[in-house]
Amino acid sequence: MVDAANPLAMLFIAIALLLGCAMLAAAFRGRVLGLVYPVSLIAASLAVATDLSILLNGTTFTAHLPLGLPTIGLRVRVDALSAFFGIVVNIGTFAAALYGLGRHKQLSARVEPFFAAFAAAMNMVLLADDAFGFLFSWELMSVTSWALVIARHEDAEARRAAHVYLMLASIGTIALLFAFGAMAGPAGGYDFASIRSAERDPLVTGLVLAAVLVGTGSKAGIIPLHAWLPLAHPAAPSHVSALMSGVMTKVAIYGLIRVLFDLLGKPSLWLGAIVLILGAVSTLMGVLYALMQHDLKRLLAYHTVENIGIIFIGLGLSLTFKSNNLDALAALALTAALFHVFNHCLFKSLLFLGAGAILHATGKRDLEVLGGLIHPMPLTALAFLIGCIAISALPPLNGFVSEWLTFQAILQSPSLPHLPMKILLPTVGAVLALSAALAAACFVKAFGIAFLGRPRSQAARDAHEADSFALSAMAILALLCIASGLFPGFFIDALGSLNHALLGTQMPTQSTIPWFSIVPIGDVRSSYDPLLISIFLLFCAGATAIFIHFFASRALRRAPAWDCGFPDPSPSIQYTASGFAQPIRRIYGTITFSAKEQVDMPPPGSSTPARFSVKLHDHIWELLYLAPARYMLAISERLNVFQFLTVRRYLILMFAALISLLVVVMVIT
Amino acid sequence: MTSSVYSILGQGIQTLLVLAIAPAITGVTRLVKARLMRKSGPPLLQGYRDLFKLLRKEVIVADTASWLFRVSPYLIFSLAWLAATLVPTFATGLHFSWTGDVIVIVALLGTARFFQTLAGMDVGTAFGGMGSSRESMIATMAEPAMLLVVLNLALIASSSRLPVIADYLVTQPLAIRVSLALALMSLVIVALAENARIPVDNPATHLELTMVHEAMILEYSGRHLALIEAASQLKLVMYGSLIICLFLPFGIASVDSGPAAWFVSLVLYVGKLTLAAITLGLWEVSIAKMRVFRVGEFLGIAFIFAFLGLLLSFVTEELLR
Repeated sequence: MVDAANPLAMLFIAIALLLGCAMLAAAFRGRVLGLVYPVSLIAASLAVATDLSILLNGTTFTAHLPLGLPTIGLRVRVDALSAFFGIVVNIGTFAAALYGLGRHKQLSARVEPFFAAFAAAMNMVLLADDAFGFLFSWELMSVTSWALVIARHEDAEARRAAHVYLMLASIGTIALLFAFGAMAGPAGGYDFASIRSAERDPLVTGLVLAAVLVGTGSKAGIIPLHAWLPLAHPAAPSHVSALMSGVMTKVAIYGLIRVLFDLLGKPSLWLGAIVLILGAVSTLMGVLYALMQHDLKRLLAYHTVENIGIIFIGLGLSLTFKSNNLDALAALALTAALFHVFNHCLFKSLLFLGAGAILHATGKRDLEVLGGLIHPMPLTALAFLIGCIAISALPPLNGFVSEWLTFQAILQSPSLPHLPMKILLPTVGAVLALSAALAAACFVKAFGIAFLGRPRSQAARDAHEADSFALSAMAILALLCIASGLFPGFFIDALGSLNHALLGTQMPTQSTIPWFSIVPIGDVRSSYDPLLISIFLLFCAGATAIFIHFFASRALRRAPAWDCGFPDPSPSIQYTASGFAQPIRRIYGTITFSAKEQVDMPPPGSSTPARFSVKLHDHIWELLYLAPARYMLAISERLNVFQFLTVRRYLILMFAALISLLVVVMVIT
Repeated sequence: MTSSVYSILGQGIQTLLVLAIAPAITGVTRLVKARLMRKSGPPLLQGYRDLFKLLRKEVIVADTASWLFRVSPYLIFSLAWLAATLVPTFATGLHFSWTGDVIVIVALLGTARFFQTLAGMDVGTAFGGMGSSRESMIATMAEPAMLLVVLNLALIASSSRLPVIADYLVTQPLAIRVSLALALMSLVIVALAENARIPVDNPATHLELTMVHEAMILEYSGRHLALIEAASQLKLVMYGSLIICLFLPFGIASVDSGPAAWFVSLVLYVGKLTLAAITLGLWEVSIAKMRVFRVGEFLGIAFIFAFLGLLLSFVTEELLR
């Protein structure tokens, strides 16, 4: 059992609070539903504080609870890795719950109880120390989030999203079930301690790895298992999308790290390469898909695919270095990946909450009808802009730091012994560089079309600023983005004990370096000082402004736009989101999406309008999802005849089956 | 003690130097172009006069513009200045050279472009959106190519810090490396694209359908325009310095060698930069501007060259071992 001084007790209290208020809200509904968010705020703050102390002290706590399976009980453990992901989960939960407080007029029994249960389930996954607890919590997480996706069940699109999500979640869980079964082996040691110490055949290890990649990859949204994200994120309420995209995908990453780095021991040489390639494909395809979208939440969902790819690249680098016994470099790459986990949770939650504020203010998610929102919603615009800069990996914010660390790890490729791996790393670096540039273009599109320019519809013209709860949630996340961007040294040092636990070594201490600079490998190799850069930028911009205003001119006049002498009052003269992406689509989309442009030009003299249309193909969806579904349908239609046979024929069939099975048994033995 | 005084002094000189010579370097290119077209061309000081004239003028801001439109010029100018300051010009080992390595420099220019493209979309005109859209397209090809070039050099020199790379290349025995040649070609193409030069863009045009950079800044006037012009000039100097520092670093002084050695190195640097500006002028009069949709192919070459150079440097290293 657990004594009160054990930090695990605090985490149990947090989970119990969440589960308890979920049940109360489900049972009593009405005004009790409003209880969910304040309780979630308390539980999340409690969990963040506890997890932070565990991470900084680097201690491990275990407990054995008399819950769950009879006679076996439930094993629970929290170590630096769980604590780090606990912080990520609960910061995301805190922000989403704070945003949710503003929903007090639209509470629904279909959303609020599941929100709390979802948050509890994610915390439970992190604490599980045996396969049963892990899979149970994992399934609880899937089911509660599914319920949140289908909350607007009257919408056919939401039903379809929920269907696809449920399908992929089931595939994932089956794969994980198989993985844990194979890891436990015939002896059936389902607790993580015996999985850690078990000896395994290389073939079994290979199968486990494949199953774990499918199981966690389908939840994280790695290509080609990403199909549910762009459907489910737009369907769910915005603060839930923030939680699913910013937080739940990280829980999947936790599962992957737990198995690859902790449970399975030293990785084989090719594992790193596979993870790297999966990551590189997801990164590039994710951002290309995102560029083609004009639904803001779909665009953000595809960016999650991209960022999960970046995290996979970091993990793949770490596995590669680890399998070659370069532990210090493995720690650098793992730190980069985990820092990106943290960063992505911050800015993706921020952007989804921003998208939620836009949706609430205008009722629209389609970029093509937005525009000019910076005027009615200045604070949301500022927060969203910070999120855009951060996710585009631009200095001096946090997204850049983790990508910079990833590049530093890639630059260490000459220390690898094998030429193919030496070449693979810079190739992945090329993909990462390309994706970073494409991501910046995509967020110029997202921010520029939604917030800048002139409103493209009445709804955008009538927009209003978000409520104070939403604003404070976004402000907290934006400030955290800035803080972790300016003082990355502290965040890297906080991950020291985690790296020590998983890799036996850690990165050099960063927070003692003067001016909060970070020097990941050595002084001569590379260094980056976001604080000094920001100070210089602010000082220089400010001094220039003051200087010019004092000594040159401060006169300013407002006038209609010039636009080369032909301004047009119609807002439809502006570039649209699709128009903005058109040059990029011409370059990258011709092959990737088989993009075909069709122009119907009426003959001269005719007054019918000309029409322009673009046809894009989602090859992954068509080949890997639709085609198998079509074959399944065709086969089952063929087999349908067996449903309407006479008794005599059924008997013949059974007899034939029996004979053929006997023959098979005879041949084998 | 003297070394830290030197490094601070050197940093101060470099920070002011890049700002001071930027209009003149653009002026050299303009003058060469004009002379080759049998025009007399503007005097070298014209760039400074233009900037001072613009700074004193009233700013006209469109009704629909937001605060982002007014803040962006200051940010873009500071970012370009910072990037130009971080590239070694006449001396290595300057005081603040450790605040950012070459990846940071590339990314700082990315941030500048981010604000530039957003500012282009802020007023809500057709031209602004067109410029921003095209600039984003160019950036998606040029930025990764540039990053690959610097990754290649960072791998060769085992460091991503520019002063260390320059020192390494200076001390290495002179050898023609194929991968460096590919990297140079790639970087030159990127520099042409990023500075909105022919054949990617035409800095002198206001012909509607060919504009990229000029379309984005169409709504700017007065001091805002002056800052954006200064930022463009700084960017040209920064790319010139980068190419010189990476591919022609001979004669670059160490910061500890004292003011006398600095002076020699500084004269050499200004000479190299002027030569680069003259070459740019020669190049621009001898080639026509491309259609926008051919730019992708042109920059694709830069990306492929950079990538091939990167692979080659691994393969040659393996063969030499």
